[in-house]
Amino acid sequence: MLSRTADHLYWMARYIERAENMARVLDVTDRMSLVANSAYDEAARWKPPVLIADDVAVFERDYGSYTAENVMHYMALDERNPSSIVSALNSARENARAVRVAMSSEMWETVNALWLELRQRIRLGLREADIGEFCDWVKSRSHLFRGVTFGTMLRDDGYKFVRLGSFVERADNTARLLDAKFQLLLPNEDPAAEVDYYEWSSLLRSVSAFEAYQKVYRDTIEPTKVAELLVLRDDMPRSLHACYDELEPILEQLCRQPGCECLRLAGENHARLHFGRITHIFNSGLHEFLQDFIARNNALGIEIQRAFLNSPD
Amino acid sequence: MRAGDGQVRLLYQPFSEWLKGVDHAQLMQKSREAEMLFRRVGITFNVYGEEAGAERLIPFDVIPRILAANEWRQLSAGVIQRVAALNAFLNDLYHDQEIIKAGIVPASILENEMYRPEMQGVDVPGGIYAHIAGIDIVRTAENQFYVLEDNLRTPSGVSYMLENRKMMMRLFPELFRRYAVAPVEHYPQVLLNNLRAVAQPGVHDPVVVLLTPGAYNSAYFEHAFLAQQMGIELVEGQDLFCRDNAVFMRTTEGPKRVDVIYRRIDDDFLDPLAFREDSMLGVPGLVSVYRNGGVTLANAIGAGVADDKSTYTYVPEMVRFYLGEEPILSNVPTYKLENPDDLKYVLEHLAELVVKEVQGSGGYGMLVGPTASKQQIEDFRARILAEPDNYIAQPTLALSTCPTLVEQGVAPRHVDLRPFVLSGKTVTLVPGGLCRVAMREGSLVVNSSQGGGTKDTWVLNGDKPC
Repeated sequence: MLSRTADHLYWMARYIERAENMARVLDVTDRMSLVANSAYDEAARWKPPVLIADDVAVFERDYGSYTAENVMHYMALDERNPSSIVSALNSARENARAVRVAMSSEMWETVNALWLELRQRIRLGLREADIGEFCDWVKSRSHLFRGVTFGTMLRDDGYKFVRLGSFVERADNTARLLDAKFQLLLPNEDPAAEVDYYEWSSLLRSVSAFEAYQKVYRDTIEPTKVAELLVLRDDMPRSLHACYDELEPILEQLCRQPGCECLRLAGENHARLHFGRITHIFNSGLHEFLQDFIARNNALGIEIQRAFLNSPD
Repeated sequence: MRAGDGQVRLLYQPFSEWLKGVDHAQLMQKSREAEMLFRRVGITFNVYGEEAGAERLIPFDVIPRILAANEWRQLSAGVIQRVAALNAFLNDLYHDQEIIKAGIVPASILENEMYRPEMQGVDVPGGIYAHIAGIDIVRTAENQFYVLEDNLRTPSGVSYMLENRKMMMRLFPELFRRYAVAPVEHYPQVLLNNLRAVAQPGVHDPVVVLLTPGAYNSAYFEHAFLAQQMGIELVEGQDLFCRDNAVFMRTTEGPKRVDVIYRRIDDDFLDPLAFREDSMLGVPGLVSVYRNGGVTLANAIGAGVADDKSTYTYVPEMVRFYLGEEPILSNVPTYKLENPDDLKYVLEHLAELVVKEVQGSGGYGMLVGPTASKQQIEDFRARILAEPDNYIAQPTLALSTCPTLVEQGVAPRHVDLRPFVLSGKTVTLVPGGLCRVAMREGSLVVNSSQGGGTKDTWVLNGDKPC
């Protein structure tokens, strides 16, 4: 298929996934700010979403302090911020519009309706009290898009590039979320047990993993198990391992030339997740592991871009 | 719909009967349903000059225009003859120029902006320049048709012919039982076969693509629609590149050779190295590859010289010169304001005439004398006097009308018809076309940019309804 078409489909999926994950992070941060906890002030509480988006310098320049209002506005609505929910959804629609005949008409209508409703919500004005509902809406629309894609799109190369975009983005987002939360929580020696419970459970909820944790471990929430669930468990759909379980076979089908670098990178990342042990990861440092993973995942993204999407002359 | 004596023509009688059983509210309901469906599918066009990104629907009229088989036979033979002559003319003009030597067409045609010296002496496959031609036709009386204009560059509107038919079958299936309507749905297949047939000799299984200016072009919907219907790639300039006297598209599996480009980009924007340097839409080097026979373009570069309004007057002579036949279809008598006599006559009769810019299109820059105000006429007089070469004038014709659904009920409105003539191994057309209707009472301007609508056109299999 045309590289440009593949590129638009891939980025459409990435942007929708990014909007969903940003909504998850904001939603959980918002909820946690309601739990009384003297260990964190407002700034410590609201800095992680900005950390996750890797936007600290720009945010501090434009907004100054990490208040709930500032962070929510910046991360949800600010169209100057390329990682805000609104920017991501705008980009998703622009990409979809350029290649609407490459997807099913239901997919196009879903993305277009999402965008039309977003403009409507912005016109009506979004208040702080509405953030929870707004985040729920973004998540449910992303679920709808995924379902419509699964249910209606021809299983051609276009479908593979949509899936590829979703999983590259999700792996990145989950790793960043985990890293930011662990940086916030782990250095605290001896916090009150019940506060700890809320913090870890909120992290799990942000990736729809709270019930899954209970089912898998039937135990109190421990940091190593949380990390294991979100990094190594292949049955947890937003874990790094699960993302690579999806990515590798897609690339095996797309790479039609021998010695494809994409496939090698994906295979290497996959092997580390497939054969990794959480105790080893913690011994050498979770933060280092996650930073390394983000860089490797990013390298795969760059290679996908090079090999398929901006096909050179 | 009615003959001169006011009787409902035989052709429309079953329709008229059917209409008696349907009330106005039902028809309006069907009309709204059609609009809703068109909007959902996104059959919209962008109107230039309006707010960026404004997407509008062309009004769709739910009442069909009906043509009998004998009328269609004459009309289709006429447009096929005309397009054959136009292609012969282009081939001659870009080679030996016999028609100029014979003194039929003046040598000044070589100064026309649409004449492309780059094409002089270039052989194109099959000698075909206008692979897709839209011929605008009006009917003035039974079996009397006039050609208003030839469109040989990138004629658009065929998606409406196809979508309008689909809509009518959905809204009024019962009418299709009363009329044996000839199908048009095979148009994309005929077009694809023709495009494949004009690949350079020796190419097996040619790759055809449709080149669009992109999602912001007013006809983007049509480009996407046709590419999808033919199962070919819809490409933009940035998707193509030239190397080793060939054109390639950038695909996820590497470069892929392209043999035929159905381009919906004007000559000026095709190649920044050959024409407009500031074009971001084109493909650098394309013209050079084309001239060397590395790719086929449909329509050919330089076809526009034959559809210019100042060339139009010579078309009947072209038919006689190249085909040795009498033209089946008439031209509308045309005054060329570069001639002093014509200019004098036109300036004295502005209130009765239609005046058009030679290279205008879309109904912009024209004066319709009978409906214009005194002020408009005087303004136009000044424009003509400033640059008489730039204008032609024609008498207003007694255009036939077709029943059309309006707020007050069903009323007559003026219509025209653009059949699409396809040239490949043979010259053919599907029985139908884009029927445009002037929605305002008395108006003769049918262009969509001026508020005109469209209708489905029914060519019957026989001369009677069923």
